[in-house]
Amino acid sequence: MYAYDQYDQAMVDARVAEFRDQAQRRLDGKLSEDQFKPLRLMNGLYLQLHAYMLRVAVPYGTLDSRQMHALAEIADKYDRGYGHFTTRQNIQYNWIRLEDAADILADLAKVEMHAIQTSGNCIRNISSDHFAGAAADELIDPRPYAELLRQWSSFHPEFSYLPRKFKIAVIASDTDRAAMKLHDIGIQIVRNDAGAIGAAFYVGGGMGRTPMIAPCIREFVALDQLVTYAEACLRVYNRHGRRDNKYKARIKILVHELGAQEYAAQVEAEFAHLLDQGVEPPLAELERIATFFADPPFEDDAATEIDRSDPDFALWVDRNTHPHKTPGYVSAVISLKPVGGIPGDASADQMHLMAELAKDYSFDECRVMHTQNIVLPHVKIADLHALWSKLDEAGLGSPNLDTVEDIIACPGLDYCSLANARSIPVAQKIQQRFADSGRTAELGELKLKISGCINACGHHHAGHIGILGVDRKGTENYQLLLGGSEAQDTSLAKITGPGFDEDGIVDAVEKATDVYLSNRADGERFLDTYRRIGMAPFKEALYD
Amino acid sequence: MRILTGNDLKSGAVVWWDGSDWSLHVDHAVDVGDRAEEIAAREEAARRVNVPYAIEAQRDDNGVRPAHIKDRVRALGPTVRPDLTLKPSDAQAGNWVI
Amino acid sequence: MTESPAPGTDTVAGVSPDDVQFRFREDEMADHAQVTVDAFLEQADAAAVRIEPGDDARALIPHLERLKLAEVNFPAFGDGRGYSSARILREAGYAGELRAVGDVLVDQLGYMRRCGFDSFAPDAPIAASDAEAALARWPHVYQNAADARRTIPEARHE
Ligand code: SF4
Repeated sequence: MYAYDQYDQAMVDARVAEFRDQAQRRLDGKLSEDQFKPLRLMNGLYLQLHAYMLRVAVPYGTLDSRQMHALAEIADKYDRGYGHFTTRQNIQYNWIRLEDAADILADLAKVEMHAIQTSGNCIRNISSDHFAGAAADELIDPRPYAELLRQWSSFHPEFSYLPRKFKIAVIASDTDRAAMKLHDIGIQIVRNDAGAIGAAFYVGGGMGRTPMIAPCIREFVALDQLVTYAEACLRVYNRHGRRDNKYKARIKILVHELGAQEYAAQVEAEFAHLLDQGVEPPLAELERIATFFADPPFEDDAATEIDRSDPDFALWVDRNTHPHKTPGYVSAVISLKPVGGIPGDASADQMHLMAELAKDYSFDECRVMHTQNIVLPHVKIADLHALWSKLDEAGLGSPNLDTVEDIIACPGLDYCSLANARSIPVAQKIQQRFADSGRTAELGELKLKISGCINACGHHHAGHIGILGVDRKGTENYQLLLGGSEAQDTSLAKITGPGFDEDGIVDAVEKATDVYLSNRADGERFLDTYRRIGMAPFKEALYD
Repeated sequence: MRILTGNDLKSGAVVWWDGSDWSLHVDHAVDVGDRAEEIAAREEAARRVNVPYAIEAQRDDNGVRPAHIKDRVRALGPTVRPDLTLKPSDAQAGNWVI
Repeated sequence: MTESPAPGTDTVAGVSPDDVQFRFREDEMADHAQVTVDAFLEQADAAAVRIEPGDDARALIPHLERLKLAEVNFPAFGDGRGYSSARILREAGYAGELRAVGDVLVDQLGYMRRCGFDSFAPDAPIAASDAEAALARWPHVYQNAADARRTIPEARHE
């Protein structure tokens, strides 16, 4: 894992001091709310429905046990004993006092964490594959590149007042577990025909009001030009992105309006110019960062067999573990989606437990997934039963990864001031419906995603089934979408038709799954069946 | 009626104008009529409240009910965490929001 | 167009030297009327320009030898195009005064200095002590920019 040196620490400490000063100026009345707002947002501090909300960055989702313990302590000390893991691999606290915010940032800085650029019109936390460094199918660990970009984007003097927020994801396998093409910039680390490692750039993807899949604008950028190329992408956007209408200000609109080819040409021209400007950090820096991500000391001949006689355990192993590059190991997912729970929420006690388990079973490392679960990336197969027993005892052993119960839901109207409708109760009712009917297993992989408004924090466009909360004359209403995917087969879900009320949407989801079950061919997932048979049979079942 | 709401500057807590001060309880809210802007400006300048705004509401036998669901959620707390609302012992409190 | 508008007409768009609150240059302040980018390109004797957010700073590059003052307007602090305009001019070798004007706030001074601004005429004056503190805030920097500061990656590998 990356560890700060004195420079990284000094920057984070300076930020804490700066924010302490800014918050004090606000409390003293020297800053108006209008002036303070962009400053607090650049430190992840929102004013939400019930209180201030603080979003803490978890760079590329990676945490060690010390950091997870610290997050738990913050939940206890400054909040109401819990936190919410988000679809951008971050954590949010819902009940923060402005008076405490600088102290929290100081506590975070002690464990090499921060809330820098977790909001605002700047480059946000860099996300990545939650199985990075562990997955059997990856080319290389993508996180050194994410860390290089994290440093480059932190306090960037030119790109801190962009037209709109800017999200970057970095992956390094053909299987996309980070919704890479739905980011402002998606980077895939690739090997070219000559055998060299480099980066493919996908620019202009996103969800929100106008969802778009990012086109590839360059298939190969050499590793010693990565930062320069990113800088060129951003400069073209900073100069030409629309600022007249905040709904058209994301880079996806610029790329769409210019056309990918023209945007790429402008980036090329800027890139050619910037290559002479000394923008790129020395390649030795990338090499230095990479050393932090070296493999932990895996055992050479760890056992690959386990006793599967306990069916509950066997189910959890089948559902919640992922193949590891090292024989005898797996990545194990801790589900934060117990039936009837709040997707992505974890109590301080649960965070402490997950920290301990990371230390005991996963070389002191865990990851936040964009699906709002937690991964222990490197677990010995021989340890799985012991791990599962402890999780199960703590209510963290739900065997439901990638099933209809593993719902992504944004905070929605229960917490979020931008929401039109509540997301969490809908998620809970759907989970309950399928848990009661016992259909979860039969449905197999079914990604259901709920957003409480068009901003799409719950990735509803990318759900096999998506749900969007809308405001219908002052009451909550829910639109149903089908056919989205944020994996390597990225697609955008389509709206089925008129919306439903809260109970109606639960019925509608069930009906859609009935259509799937009665139409599916061998081995087809919900998404595959939808793609084969199209929208019509679903519409018929839903609206006739 | 027209009532005034905002958040406490220091704590962020949701507050309602009760005629002389800011209360945590929507039932204490008073009709501000056409004085909303004046009160909001004065109170914000004094930093007793952050981003105040006026909303429509109704008073009935059960108290004051904001017209928009968002403000009802603000008044109560998250419906999915009854324990953290202003009425933790009332399991049905969430129904008031809808 | 048959005639270049003369200074004093609507092409004059800048702040006066009196409005400059902070200046990090030793040379005399240029006493030229700032004109719009379009006017600057047309008037062969113009020596000062005012760059609005939507202007293309690159258009000035062929004329840098006569440019003595470039004033970059920030009509709203959240419009960050001026940061790129500044860097483009510095990257092209412009060494004259680069002035940030408009909705320039204390918390932005550091970024502006890094992008090459060396004088500031904020709409709302900034207390000198606040400006000093803001500019001294960052012990290090991660990125190469228009200032000559040694970056963290450079420091790590020298
Ligand atoms: S999707 Fe909308 S309601 Fe949900 S968290 Fe995002 S902004 Fe809030």
